[in-house]
Amino acid sequence: MSSTASTQTGQNAQRLTLVEAIQDGLYTEMSQDDSVVVLGEDVGKNGGVFRATDQLYEEFGEDRVIDTPLAEAGIIGASIGLAQTGMKPVPEMQFMGFMYPAFDQIVSHAARLRSRSQGQYSVPMVIRAPYGGGIRAPEHHSESKEAFFVHEPGLKVVSPSTPYDAKGLLAASIHDPDPVIFLEPKLIYRAFREDVPTKPYEVSLSEAAVPRDGSDISVYTWGAMTRPALIAAENLSQSHGIEAEVIDLRTLSPLDIETITDSFKKTGRAAIVHEAPKTGGLGAEIATTIQEEALVHQEAPIKRIAGFDAPMPLHSLEDYYLPQAVRIQDGIRETVDF
Amino acid sequence: MNMKNEAGNADLPAPVRQDSELVQVLDAEGNVLPQASVPDLSDRQLLELYETIKLARHFDQRAISFQRQGRLATYAPMTGQEGSQVATSFALAEQDWLFPTYREHAAKYAHGMELASLFEPLRGYREGYAIPEGVNVMPEYIPIATQVPQAMGMAWGHKLQGKTDTAVLCHLGDGATSEGDFHEGLNFAGVFDVPAVFVCNNNQWAISVPRERQTASETIATKAQAYGIDSVRVDGLDPLAVYKVTSEALEKARNPAPGALRPTLIESVQYRFGAHTTADDPSVYRDESEEEAWRDRDPVDRIEKYLYNEGILNPDLESEIQDRIEQEVSEAIETAEQTETSPDNIVEHVYEDVPARLEEQRDELNRLREKYDDGAFSEVLE
Ligand SMILES: Cc1ncc(C[n+]2csc(CCOP(=O)(O)OP(=O)(O)O)c2C)c(N)n1
Repeated sequence: MSSTASTQTGQNAQRLTLVEAIQDGLYTEMSQDDSVVVLGEDVGKNGGVFRATDQLYEEFGEDRVIDTPLAEAGIIGASIGLAQTGMKPVPEMQFMGFMYPAFDQIVSHAARLRSRSQGQYSVPMVIRAPYGGGIRAPEHHSESKEAFFVHEPGLKVVSPSTPYDAKGLLAASIHDPDPVIFLEPKLIYRAFREDVPTKPYEVSLSEAAVPRDGSDISVYTWGAMTRPALIAAENLSQSHGIEAEVIDLRTLSPLDIETITDSFKKTGRAAIVHEAPKTGGLGAEIATTIQEEALVHQEAPIKRIAGFDAPMPLHSLEDYYLPQAVRIQDGIRETVDF
Repeated sequence: MNMKNEAGNADLPAPVRQDSELVQVLDAEGNVLPQASVPDLSDRQLLELYETIKLARHFDQRAISFQRQGRLATYAPMTGQEGSQVATSFALAEQDWLFPTYREHAAKYAHGMELASLFEPLRGYREGYAIPEGVNVMPEYIPIATQVPQAMGMAWGHKLQGKTDTAVLCHLGDGATSEGDFHEGLNFAGVFDVPAVFVCNNNQWAISVPRERQTASETIATKAQAYGIDSVRVDGLDPLAVYKVTSEALEKARNPAPGALRPTLIESVQYRFGAHTTADDPSVYRDESEEEAWRDRDPVDRIEKYLYNEGILNPDLESEIQDRIEQEVSEAIETAEQTETSPDNIVEHVYEDVPARLEEQRDELNRLREKYDDGAFSEVLE
């Protein structure tokens, strides 16, 4: 059982925050499989700057929870090599905004080694990175650039929005034979608790979740934006009787196209909510997919509610940059009233 | 250590100087060490150096306490590192350029930035990143080591254009020496022999990772050897020593003696007394006794004692300086707290002209602000 086990609700589950669920997930996987190793900047003694690897160093020692030199390209390149020896590296990138030095290793090698070697070699590893805004962080600490990685064939991209999913998706990512970019919405690292089973379990990397059913519009989102989307849907149900179906994509690549289109066929309307810049964001991909698959069901233009095509501002303006519930509500109404 | 030709034969590369001895001027009590030479500074300049270092210490204390009160966001403290920051900037000529990290608050101030503008980004206003006309400072670099090749490039540009009176000084941390950018930047600096001085502020830690985990090299200065450039190690808690080696390195960058090389890597050996940032808790990864061992070499005390020893400072003057410092920092805070911005600023300065698409995004936001009022946007996202 995890050493951060906080409020116990019995033998089988603990009430955990999202970041505690990730810590618990790492603990669970490392306990079961000696080949799983965690490496990165400050992940060892310090337990990670967000404490996602808290206590793992004490539990598993310095050969499995490894503080590396400050070098992202080195961390990912080394992980690719480690993976060739049968180890399962789970490197941490301290913030998504600091992944760029490793970009070449990720897109030129981790993503392509399988196809380049015609299936001979593969890179089973999980690159964890906190991402997104809303925590009053300095410049570069609020990036949300999932589209870079979604655009690269050979990678899987995952982003949980609940503690339960975080542990289950992390397990599925670690068991996955391909490289996974595991993006952690740090805004909701500690926002709420949820029952998380102590036993190992997986949440599939091929299924989106539908946290709210509805018949009037489909709202597609992921990560930290799932919460304002759900709040907006609830508000609109009460104030205007609009029933929005909320789809939490969970896995951003490959997309669960079936769940996406099935919902749209039911509602005929779509809004996509992401905090990343609008242009070239994942919203564009989802909108086009819907048009390709279900145009005849469409009853209104598809709406994107997104960040600006501008760098994330410093925190005095970040509330205006991120899609807040009010913006989401307005976008939904505009689409439904079209 | 010198791996190259001592005689300076014109056909062979110029000798590379590697000082692995720590350069020091003052002992812990502020006395001039027997073999040391004091840099050529007037009493007035020495007092100015002292006042700026002391101001940096006060700034740091105020910033930490404001952060605790919620008036500033995450702040990277510099206690212990002020002497080196200020002394390196004092060695700069006005036309020289400074490439600072997120921790070089005092270095920026000492090279011409307004104090208030240092507080503004910490309060969430990018406005404070604006550099006044005539001040040769780049905005702070937060990604680690990215500034190194850029500083090299600027120095190279000056050299290519014959502007040999201008040198570039680039700060970095010990952790930064692990990144590829550090190695690429220094390698270029050697190959193109550019007028740049790289100051590695070796404060022993990169967040929780100690210097020994960054490199198996015995010193950071040693690394210069691989790139064929000079290096020197200096006691970074000794402002006079730092001033001395930095001035010499800058002078050499501008006017190298025949056969000498322009670029230098300075390893400024110092200590981060406080947390990495206000979001960090050093007690998790390091022993308090380590801090104690460095305390008695505190740069503020050391220069203060030196000035008393020399009769340049006295209690009246000290309290006059202290009053002035407190006044200046308070005024800067007041100015910074009056900074205002508008959501329109999100779209400004992304391009020279705001593209139509970005204008639409701004208009859409303004429409929503009018419809729902600003309060609706400050609802906590969580
Ligand atoms: C490319 C990159 N990776 C990670 C980080 C996160 N980070 C911020 S400061 C820091 C440690 C830096 O240590 P050092 O270079 O020694 O400078 P110091 O902070 O000690 O002055 C890390 C890992 C970053 N800012 N940039």
